[in-house]
Order: sequence, then C-alpha cells, then structure tokens
Amino acid sequence: MFKTPLDVSGIRDDFPILKRQVNGQDLVYLDNAATSQTPLPVIDAISDYYKHTNANIHRGVHALSQEATDQFEQARQKIQLHFNAAHAHEIILTSGTTHAINLVASGFTSLVEKGDELIVSALEHHANIVPWQMLCERTGAKLLVIPMTENGTLDMEAYKQLLSSRTKVVFVNHVSNALGIINPIESIISQAHAVGAAVLIDGAQATPHMVPDVQALDVEFYTTSAHKICGPTGIGMLYGKEEWLRKLPPYQGGGEMIDQVTFEKTTYADLPHKFEAGTPNIAGGVGFGAAIDYMQGIGFDAIAAHENDLLQHATEKLKHIEGLHIYGDVAHKVAVISFNIAGIHPYDIGTLLDKMGIAVRTGHHCCQPIMDYYQIPGTIRASFAFYNTHEEVERFVAGVEKAVDMLR
Amino acid sequence: MTIAEKQQEIVAEFALFDDWMQRYEYMIELGKSLPLISAEYKNDDHIIKGCQSKVWVHATLNDDKIAFTADSDAIITKGIIAILIRVFSNQHPKEILTSETGFIDEIGLKEHLSPTRANGLVSMIKQLKMYALAYQTQLS
Repeated sequence: MFKTPLDVSGIRDDFPILKRQVNGQDLVYLDNAATSQTPLPVIDAISDYYKHTNANIHRGVHALSQEATDQFEQARQKIQLHFNAAHAHEIILTSGTTHAINLVASGFTSLVEKGDELIVSALEHHANIVPWQMLCERTGAKLLVIPMTENGTLDMEAYKQLLSSRTKVVFVNHVSNALGIINPIESIISQAHAVGAAVLIDGAQATPHMVPDVQALDVEFYTTSAHKICGPTGIGMLYGKEEWLRKLPPYQGGGEMIDQVTFEKTTYADLPHKFEAGTPNIAGGVGFGAAIDYMQGIGFDAIAAHENDLLQHATEKLKHIEGLHIYGDVAHKVAVISFNIAGIHPYDIGTLLDKMGIAVRTGHHCCQPIMDYYQIPGTIRASFAFYNTHEEVERFVAGVEKAVDMLR
Repeated sequence: MTIAEKQQEIVAEFALFDDWMQRYEYMIELGKSLPLISAEYKNDDHIIKGCQSKVWVHATLNDDKIAFTADSDAIITKGIIAILIRVFSNQHPKEILTSETGFIDEIGLKEHLSPTRANGLVSMIKQLKMYALAYQTQLS
C-alpha cells in the first residue's frame, strides 16, 4: 500500500541518534518540526572543521584563516544556489530564524512611521509576532492580523480587505509550525506587492519539506534555521533582495561589519558583512552547507513523497481513535499532525508516550493565538521526517491508543 | 504520621509495582483521591506558573496545621499534586519547610524533578512551601 522510493533503512544508518533507546525502548522521534536530527556527514563536516581548519575568518593572511573563510563562503554559496538567490551576498548568515526576523524588524524602524500598517497572520510562531510588535511600539505603526478559519487556513478574503496603501510589510510563515498547513504565499506576496508592501516569509517549517525559489516567489525576505533541515543549531539564514538589504541599517555593531572606524565616523562593510557583526558561527555555517548537500543528495521530491505516505498512513490510523480531532486537517499540508483527544489533556498523552520512547511535542507550540482560537490549552503534535518509517507510525498510533486506555 | 513516615508509606506502595505503566496507573488512581480545591479558589490567584497543564493550590490553617486542596486539568499532574498533598497536608508549617523531597526519586518519578520539566513538580513543591512559610510567619 505504501510504496517508497527512499532507502529509509540505509538513510537511518546516517543518524546515530535514531539507534538509541529512551526509557528502555527504541526511540521513535516525531518532534522533527522542533528540530531535525543530524546525519553523520554534517557531524563529520563540523568535526573536521574543528580538527583541521579552525581559525577566524575574513582577515587572517595565514593558511588556516583563508581555508576557514573559503569553507564559510562556500556554505553561503550552497545556500544561495539552493534557494536560487541572485547573489551570494543576499544570503545573511544569522543565528537562526528568530535572529533573522529581529534583524529585519529592527531595520524597519527607520522605514515605518505612525499611521503605517503591518500585517501578520494568525498562524504565526511567536518569533514572527513579537519582533514586529516591538517595532510597532517603537514607531506607532499598527499591527493587523489575517484571521484564520476553522480548518486552520487563512481567511484570504479578509487579507484582501486589510491591504491598503498604508501597508508597509506583510509577514507570514510559509508553513504553520503548529498545524503544518502550507500557506498560499505566492498569492500573499503578489497582493502585498500590488499595494507596494514588502513581504517577509518565515520558512523554518517549509524548508525541511520543499525547496522555495526566492526569485520565483519574488519575495523581499525569506528566513530559515539550519537545524530544521538536518543542520546544526545556532545558524540560519536571512535571504533579502539586495535593494532591501541596502535600505536596512546595520543591526549590530562590531568587528567584521565595518569598512573604516574612527572615533568621528564609521563606515560599514558591504553586503553581506554589514549584517554579520562579530565572529560568526563558522562551524555552524560549514554544517549548514553540509546539511544542504545531504538533503539534496537524498532529493526533495523523494523526501516529500515518503513524508506524505507517512502522513496519510498516520492520519488514517489516528482517525480510528474515538474522540480524536485533528486540527488543520486539510490536503495542502506537510507531514505534521496536531491533534487532541476529547476529555484528555495533551500533556498526559505526551508524558505517557515519552515513557514508551516516543517523542512528540505537546503544548501551544509557541502559537498561543491559534490555541486561543480553538480555545484549547495546546495540542499533541507529531511531526515526521524522511527518516521516519511506517513501523514507527504503527508504534506511535499504538502508543496513543495505550495512553488513551490508561487515561480514560 | 510525620512527613518522613508518609513518604516511606508512599515509597512502599510504589515498590509493589514492576514497571512504569503500573506506577503511572497508580498515580492516576491517586489523582482521583485528591482533596479538590473549592470553586471559589480555582482562579488565577491560585494557579502555579511553570506547568504545561494548569494546577491550582489553596491552603488553610487549622489550629497549627496546614490543609491543602488542589486541582489540575491534566490527570498525571493531578496524581503528582495528590502525592505531594498527601505528604504535606495536616502538618505543621515548620515541618513542611524543613522536609526533604528525595522520596520522589525513590518512587520512579525522578524525571519530573528537573527544574526545566514542563509539568513543574519543582514549582509545585515551591508553592506548597511558600504557603508553609506564610503560615509559619503568621504563627510566630
């Protein structure tokens, strides 16, 4: 019934952590939306960097420094090519998506004023809400919200009504982290452009499952974190159209980001260094590049097909559990299932699954507005990756059934 | 019974079980015997922060001993707070303040003791001791 072109068993050999036990049982890791696991080629790239190359980058004349610089800049190019950015200097290496969004929101301080409007969606992670609220506090701009509908999709009719000549920026996630729904960002972007607004897309939950083409999307800013796509934590990227990155002032001051410094006046370095103050996470950048190589080696079409099989399998099985409700159960979604069971707190299910060696997420998933909409304290979220198996789906569903038996 | 004796009693009960499932099933049972907080106190003033589930606790002083009532919207959390209340209720505030809670480890709930754990067992113990401290001050 479930055919897969992926050699999942071979792939799993690349992930040592998937072989460990938790609470005396084989680990079933279904918290991939929070962080993905790290394959050996990425671990080796980071380890090799520290064993053979480690040095500070961009200014040293010695061999190690130049090799380290090359490796870091090669990683930037890999990221550029992967997301089809026009230039490598349009890729800013940040500590992650949160840093990237803060960088942009901070930069807009000088570009928006009282009376301007910013549009956010109801499905956002707190990381794509709070930095903009802080921008509103600084500038007096107003934050408007695209409402969600009962099935978890955005109310696009309402979005149309919110747009006006006062709209300066629209920021929406590509895929909702709490529900897994893929938002219609092409339409969101083109409608924003029609009123002259810039758009930032938070791609943290999309990039593990698909390859966005930033030029085809014609988006001003796109962000993601490496650890969602088999890379290390503490590194991520901000893609920005060159003209927009030039408009934004530097975010942090320090070394690396300067051209000339005197006590009278400092001039800033060109892109991308203007936004990369201080010694960056060099090993992280190298690991990010290795992760992209690894994912491309497997192939995103094969990844999407296998994950979709897992999603269909798990969804179908879960629906047989009495009182189980899936939030955002629509066709256009990634392999994430957010659900509750009538009369049972998600925390209880999560705790018992953990005792069975099954890792899921419970709680509000940093999306309190979505939980408020449904008037629930949280959900249980199972999120799948290409290295998960149909046997794991079976164990997960059996685990939920067992937990329900204990709690009812 | 002293706090230490009550703790030993609970440790002995949990020692009867062979695996985690039986321990958790028993904890869920204990949750059902929890002295429930009255509706008037089940509000934000009595909620314990730091838990993924909601936990409400209230305490009254009867003569010189504290009686706790509580509730939670999650069953396992209800079991945990029930165990704590069984240990600490009807004790003198001073006894509560000076008591150890190592028995949690002995009944196989060690993983709940981590301060970062979302269920906030540590927060619950802290809140019970805060009540004890408040009443201790009142008594002295």
